[in-house]
Amino acid sequence: MMPNSDLVVQTEQLSKVFRVGFWGKRVTAVEGLNLEVRPGEVFGFLGPNGAGKTTTLKILMGLIYPTSGNAWLFGRDLGDPQTKARLGFLPESPYFYDYLTSREFLGFYGHLFGLWGAVLGKRVDELLELVGMTHAKDLQLRKFSKGMLQRVGIAQALINDPELVVLDEPMSGLDPIGRKEVRDLILRLKESGKTVLFSSHILHDAEVLCDRVAMILKGRLVACGRVNDLMDQGASHQVELVVDHLTPEGLDHLRPLADKVVMQGDRMLVVLKSQQQVGGALEIIRSAKASLVSLNPQKGSLEDLFIREVTGHHSPSENRA
Amino acid sequence: MKILSIALNTFRENLRDKLLYNLLVFALLMIGSSVLLSRLTLGEFHRLILDLGLGSINFFGVLIAIFVGIGLVSKEIEKKTIYTIVSKPVARYQFLLGKYLGLTITLFVNTVVMALGLLLVLYAQAVPIEGMLFKALALIFVEFMVITAVALLFSTFTSATLSAIFTLAMYVIGHLTADLKTFGAKMDDLSRGILNGIYYLLPNLERFNLKGHVVHHLEISGSDLILIVVYGATYTAFLLFTASLIFHRRDFR
Repeated sequence: MMPNSDLVVQTEQLSKVFRVGFWGKRVTAVEGLNLEVRPGEVFGFLGPNGAGKTTTLKILMGLIYPTSGNAWLFGRDLGDPQTKARLGFLPESPYFYDYLTSREFLGFYGHLFGLWGAVLGKRVDELLELVGMTHAKDLQLRKFSKGMLQRVGIAQALINDPELVVLDEPMSGLDPIGRKEVRDLILRLKESGKTVLFSSHILHDAEVLCDRVAMILKGRLVACGRVNDLMDQGASHQVELVVDHLTPEGLDHLRPLADKVVMQGDRMLVVLKSQQQVGGALEIIRSAKASLVSLNPQKGSLEDLFIREVTGHHSPSENRA
Repeated sequence: MKILSIALNTFRENLRDKLLYNLLVFALLMIGSSVLLSRLTLGEFHRLILDLGLGSINFFGVLIAIFVGIGLVSKEIEKKTIYTIVSKPVARYQFLLGKYLGLTITLFVNTVVMALGLLLVLYAQAVPIEGMLFKALALIFVEFMVITAVALLFSTFTSATLSAIFTLAMYVIGHLTADLKTFGAKMDDLSRGILNGIYYLLPNLERFNLKGHVVHHLEISGSDLILIVVYGATYTAFLLFTASLIFHRRDFR
C-alpha cells in the first residue's frame, strides 16, 4: 500500500511486539492495525485499558518503533521533522517540567518550533486564555491540580497551531466540569478545521464528540465506522413497555411476545423482543382495558457494542430488569 | 537553536534543584575547612590548602556530574516528560546534546563558584596563586565533561540508580587504569593484550589530575596540556556518539 496524502493518519498492518522481563517474553500490544483518519474529523480511538491505544499513539508520535507494518501522517513518514511540525500531542496523565511556570513551560515548547520574542509571547497568552489558565500563568506547575495540568498540557499541544491534534485519554482523571471543558475544547478545535484523534475508554465522550470511532481490543481492531452506524449495530432493537392494571388473562396473551416481564404491584415492565411485536402488544393492552404508561424503544449505545465485543456476549440490556 | 533551548531549560532545571545547592554548600565548607586543618600541620600548610581545595572541587563536581547527570535522561523517561519533546520536531540526538550542554553549563558555573571560594581562602591565607592552579582547574572541568558524558551514556539505557552506580565505578576505575598496565606487564602475552585493551578503552581520568603539579610546583608543557584536553574532548565525543546511537533506537514506554 502506498501512503495517501489525502489522509491525516494512515496505518497498514501495524504491529508492535514488546519483549518484557528477564527472558524477553513476547507480548503483542498491537496486531495488524489498519486505521484511516480523514482531514477535519474528530476520531475516537476506543478500547479498554491495556488494549493497545497508547502504544498505537506512541508509534504515530515516533516514541516507539513498530515491529512490522507501516504508518504515515499526512502521507509522510513518521520520523519526518516536517510531519512533526504539523502535529500536537498530549500524552496520557502527563507529567511536565514542574519547576517551570505555565508561561515558561509554553515558552520552552515554543522555542522548539522556532518561536521567539513577541510572537511567542502573544501565542502563549492566547493559549493560556483558550484553556482558561491566564490566572495561573506565573505559578509553578508543581502547584497545579490534575485538571490544571491537563489544561496546560493541551495548550502545549497547540503551541504550533497544529493541523492534527492527538490526545491520549484527555478526559481521564478529570471531574465532570473538567471533562465538559475538554469536550468543548475539542469541538472548538474541530470548528477551526483541525483534525482531532483522541483515545478514551469513556464511551459517552466519544458518542457526543466523534465523527468516527475505532474500537480496539487486545491490540486488534474490532469495529470502525461512523458513530451512528456503530450504535445501530450495538442496538438490541428491544422495546420496553410499562403497563398498569393488566388483567391476568391479558398477561397470558402478552407473555409469548415478551422477552421478560417484571411485576411491581399493579404495574409491570414488559420487554418486547423486537419492534415488530409492538402492534400486537398494544392491541392486547387495549382489549384488556389496561393503561399504557410508557413505551421506550431501546436505543443502542457504543457501550452496548463495546461490552458485547469485550465479553463476546450479547448486549446487557437483554438482562436488564 | 533547539539544542540551545533544551540546554537552557536543563540549566534552569538544575538551578531549581535543591541537590545542587546542598552539594555546593558542602564543597565550599570543605574548602573553607582546609584553613582549620592547616592549623594542625607544621609548615606545609600551603600544600594542604591547595591539595584539599582542589580535591574538594574535584570530588563535589563529580558528585554533581553524576547525581544530576544520571537524572538528565532517565528522569525524563520515568516522568514521561520526554513524550512531549520527542513528538515535537526535535531529533533525539538534539535532545541528548541539549541535555548534555545544559549540565555542562551548570557544572561550569559551579566550578567557577568553587574556584572563587578556593581563591578567596588562598588570598586570605596569603598563599601565592600560580598559573598552574588555573590549568589544574581547567583539567578538572574537562574531567567533569567526561564523567557527565559517562553518566549520560548509562542513563540512556538503564535506570537512574544503576547509572549512578556504574558511573561512580567508572570514576574510581578511571583513576586506577594505570595499575591495569602495571599489572599487565607482569602477565603473559594474552592477558597483557586484554588488560591493555581495557586500559585504552576506559577513560584515563588520572591524566586530568594536576594536583601534584600545583602542590609541588612542577611545570607541564603546553603541548601536553593541549593533548590532554584533546583526549578528553575525543573521549567525550565518543561517549556522546554512542549514547545517541542507543537513544535513537530506544522505545519510550
